[in-house]
Amino acid sequence: MNTNKLTIYGQEFDNRLLIGSALYPSPAVMKEAVQASGAQIITLSLRRQMAHSGEASGQSINSQAEQQAIWQYIQEMGLQLLPNTAGCKTVKEAITLSEMSRELFKTDWVKLEVVGDDYNLQPDPIQTVEAAAELIKRGFKVLPYTTDDLVICQRLLDAGCEVLMPWGAPIGTGQGLLNKYNLNAIRERITHVPLIVDAGIGAPSQACEAMEMGFDAVLLNTAVAKAQNPVGMATAFRSAIEGGRLAYESGLMLKRQTASASTPTIGMPFWHQS
Amino acid sequence: MLVSLNGETKEIKSDLLCNALTELGYEDEGFAVAVNGEFVPRPTYNEYFLSEKDEIDVVAPIAGG
Repeated sequence: MNTNKLTIYGQEFDNRLLIGSALYPSPAVMKEAVQASGAQIITLSLRRQMAHSGEASGQSINSQAEQQAIWQYIQEMGLQLLPNTAGCKTVKEAITLSEMSRELFKTDWVKLEVVGDDYNLQPDPIQTVEAAAELIKRGFKVLPYTTDDLVICQRLLDAGCEVLMPWGAPIGTGQGLLNKYNLNAIRERITHVPLIVDAGIGAPSQACEAMEMGFDAVLLNTAVAKAQNPVGMATAFRSAIEGGRLAYESGLMLKRQTASASTPTIGMPFWHQS
Repeated sequence: MLVSLNGETKEIKSDLLCNALTELGYEDEGFAVAVNGEFVPRPTYNEYFLSEKDEIDVVAPIAGG
């Protein structure tokens, strides 16, 4: 897609970095980092919460207060919310959580995640397609987190998705773009919807490379939240993604196998006919 | 009657969901509910009746990636 704005389900955005709200050292750092990133879309989630009745629960009072602070800050920032269905392992769980998200967050947008494996947290491709189809029918605007499988991507489009989010690498690994062949194939074959690389990004160079390849945006969380200086890293990612996009729009030079001198050979001193 | 709330067994007096939620300490808004894995819309809390051993999930916003 060769336009200046990122368009997702009819909404236009200037910024091509989607950011997560988790894992920051504190809610205040989260807010500062998100603002430094310039992101206009933020992910968040839903989890069980005990009432403030003083009874023991899985979550400590402190961390519950922290989550409330995070939610408060997110609301203040006025960004497009992208609730996720992280942790859901079945179609039914993903649909129920999506319904709860829509009611609470007052948006049809949902980042669909249906986990297929506990170690690489990869999407379950089959259940993701099934859940996407049902959610689209129910009026959701689905942004599906998917493996870099071209056929699964096509099935998600057939199910009604208008955007795809293939992974770079397993969540939180910081490995970058693990299968560039697959990612390239998806970009070359699917040209009419925005493609967002989601998960596994660690360094700004990796996000920049995704943008140079022609991806429309990058979604990341751990890469910023777990950096030594999250606010600085958020700024770095912002620059990298802008740079990568500009490079893509400017048309990279073609690669060569052999060297081609940049400095002209004609007029080289010390040369003589032998 | 006994129900499960977020995985913990609880005793509630009222089987009407809106009253049960109040008994369990949930007030105002800021949370969403599912019973036995099915979403229950907020406008129906005052007409939804719980049964013995129902599994209630009450969720609220948290950070996520």
